Amino acid sequence: MRNAFILIAAGLVLGNGAAFAASAESGKKAYVAHGCWQCHGFEGQGSVATSNGTVIAHTQLPFEAFESFVRSTNRAMPPYREAILSKADLTDIYAYLQSVPKPPDAASIPLLNP
Amino acid sequence: MVDVIKTLDIKYLPSNPASSFRALHESLIDYGGNKQPEFLTCMHEESAVGMAHGYFKIAGKPLLTLCHGTVGLQHAAMGIYNAWCDRVPVIVVGGNDMDAAHRPPGVPTFHSAQDINALVRDFTKWDDAPVSAQHFAQSFVRMYKIATTPPYGPVMMSLDAGLQQEPIRDIGEKLYIPRFVPSSPPQGDSGAVKEAARLLANAEHPVIVVDRAARTPNGIKLIVELAESLQAAVVDQGGRMNFPKTHYLNRPPNVIGQADVIIGMELSDFWGVVNGYVDNGDNGIGFNETKIKAGTKLISINSVELITKSNYQDFQRFQVVDVSMPADAEATLPALIEAVRSAIPNDRKAAIDKRGETFRKAYANGRENVKKAAAIAWDASPISTARLVMETWAQIKDLDWSLVASEGNVSNWPNRLWPMEKHHHWLGRSGGYGVGYGAPASVGAALANRDLGRFSVSIQSDGDLMYAPGVLWTAARHKIPLLAVMHNNRGYHQEVMHVQRLANFRNRVAYLGNDLAPMGTGIQNPDIEYHKLAESMGWWAKGPIKDPADLAPAIKEAVAVVKSGQPALLNVWTQPR
Repeated sequence: MRNAFILIAAGLVLGNGAAFAASAESGKKAYVAHGCWQCHGFEGQGSVATSNGTVIAHTQLPFEAFESFVRSTNRAMPPYREAILSKADLTDIYAYLQSVPKPPDAASIPLLNP
Repeated sequence: MVDVIKTLDIKYLPSNPASSFRALHESLIDYGGNKQPEFLTCMHEESAVGMAHGYFKIAGKPLLTLCHGTVGLQHAAMGIYNAWCDRVPVIVVGGNDMDAAHRPPGVPTFHSAQDINALVRDFTKWDDAPVSAQHFAQSFVRMYKIATTPPYGPVMMSLDAGLQQEPIRDIGEKLYIPRFVPSSPPQGDSGAVKEAARLLANAEHPVIVVDRAARTPNGIKLIVELAESLQAAVVDQGGRMNFPKTHYLNRPPNVIGQADVIIGMELSDFWGVVNGYVDNGDNGIGFNETKIKAGTKLISINSVELITKSNYQDFQRFQVVDVSMPADAEATLPALIEAVRSAIPNDRKAAIDKRGETFRKAYANGRENVKKAAAIAWDASPISTARLVMETWAQIKDLDWSLVASEGNVSNWPNRLWPMEKHHHWLGRSGGYGVGYGAPASVGAALANRDLGRFSVSIQSDGDLMYAPGVLWTAARHKIPLLAVMHNNRGYHQEVMHVQRLANFRNRVAYLGNDLAPMGTGIQNPDIEYHKLAESMGWWAKGPIKDPADLAPAIKEAVAVVKSGQPALLNVWTQPR
């Protein structure tokens, strides 16, 4: 049931026909298999050491902008062209990133507010 | 020889035993009573040097290590290079049997060489090979003096096995031990100090960048004084604990972009402070981009310019600066602070105060943003590095703690979240980035902290530990209490990303085998049970811990063990960075 909700949510975010086929569950597998986790962490949390602190979980970028960056980044991130990462996999990865549990409010974590 | 060594108040001698220094070894423990120095049994020469490295960063005093002339020194070499790059004194003596006519054939001859010092000459401050007892006395005191004069660095002596064993020859002169008198550190030229002060005092946006500027706790006070006099942002690169993390002038590196004057003190790479390098191609060239505005004035105080050598490239890229002082920053700071105060025009004082107010607000906002970033993936498994670091902090915060090593990159969370204020709160990193520093350096620093009654904690990475894990046994054998919390991300993570990067640039899918990471970079299948490894060498240990909810009770238990005088290790599965 939860997965179904994620699928729908991802589809709404993507806003195109192909996106409705997106699967967060498959996206999680693709995210790991393609090595996204290496710099961005398993939950897209990022790191100041590897992704300049950029958090890609729940990215605000529309899918088209997200894809455009992933395909052709000319910065520190190496590009993932379609030959090595299919559009279907990237669509699923995007859905996975939208499905990651939202972090708790920092103010609610006692360890961060001693 | 033992009498000479004893005059220098060297407390410990971490070493792996070897035949080429058997004579000195026996004299030290029997004639010398195994005190000043006390022999610490090591299982690898790299561990011995790493322990001396970490020890100095707490105690401020060097240790002596003995090693076998050829093969032992080859083992030690990476540790010596780290100490060289990190500007840490280590006294290395290598046994070497020079007399081909008398030394035993076979193995001892395999282990002898004409000039063992050549192996490390490119990254030691000085070396010698004495040929008499008196020569040894002069050279040992001289090498100690050279090593402990800023800029600090390792030194090397080849000590002939025959000389160690032969009776003292009567040459008609009484043997003597030269008195050790420490040298003053070199200070910046007064004219250059004045010019630097003029530039800083009149700057709109001065920025202070520090790497190994605070050699001692007093260095922190001096940097705070300079920063507050100017209300200037301070970027602490973390080669040492230079500036309190709780101070509102502690700012992230991006303030460089607004600067009109930058003073860099004891930087290992000034070029890298003011330029960026983007590794964006498969040809290994990438592109460079400036991080500063045109016309920004650069000032450097750097003692390392006094000992630069040619072969190893630790001097980094050449950066043109406007005022260059080849001098010790900490020794130069009192004069610079005084000159800055004199140089600030009365009509600039209000603007300088206003600058401080802006930084107070930016600091407060920055703290909130860091907390927000730490909260992301807070409940993830494997455990987030922010959670790892803060669960550890919660259990040690009421102790006189010292983070003795943080290897393997945990996204700098300790420096961003822990209220580091004292010199022993943060010791910097390896210097030369030779992996395998963390475990031995943390044991060495914990030894120094033990003698000062402090609590030592390290963030211990998986790959680092496996270079020479025998140092765990040394810690248990010599009762060195240390809490090692592992950042076990099950890979050589920097290399994980490097291979992936090249695969992407070449439009190829990285081959993973059955691992998560590209073949050759993962440490899994099988997963190493570090807790069992540590237990087998006399440590209290627990793991693997994968659920963040299990972390706090485990750390609490481990802290109690360490407080009782034992080392303890927690094998924690973590996010990559």
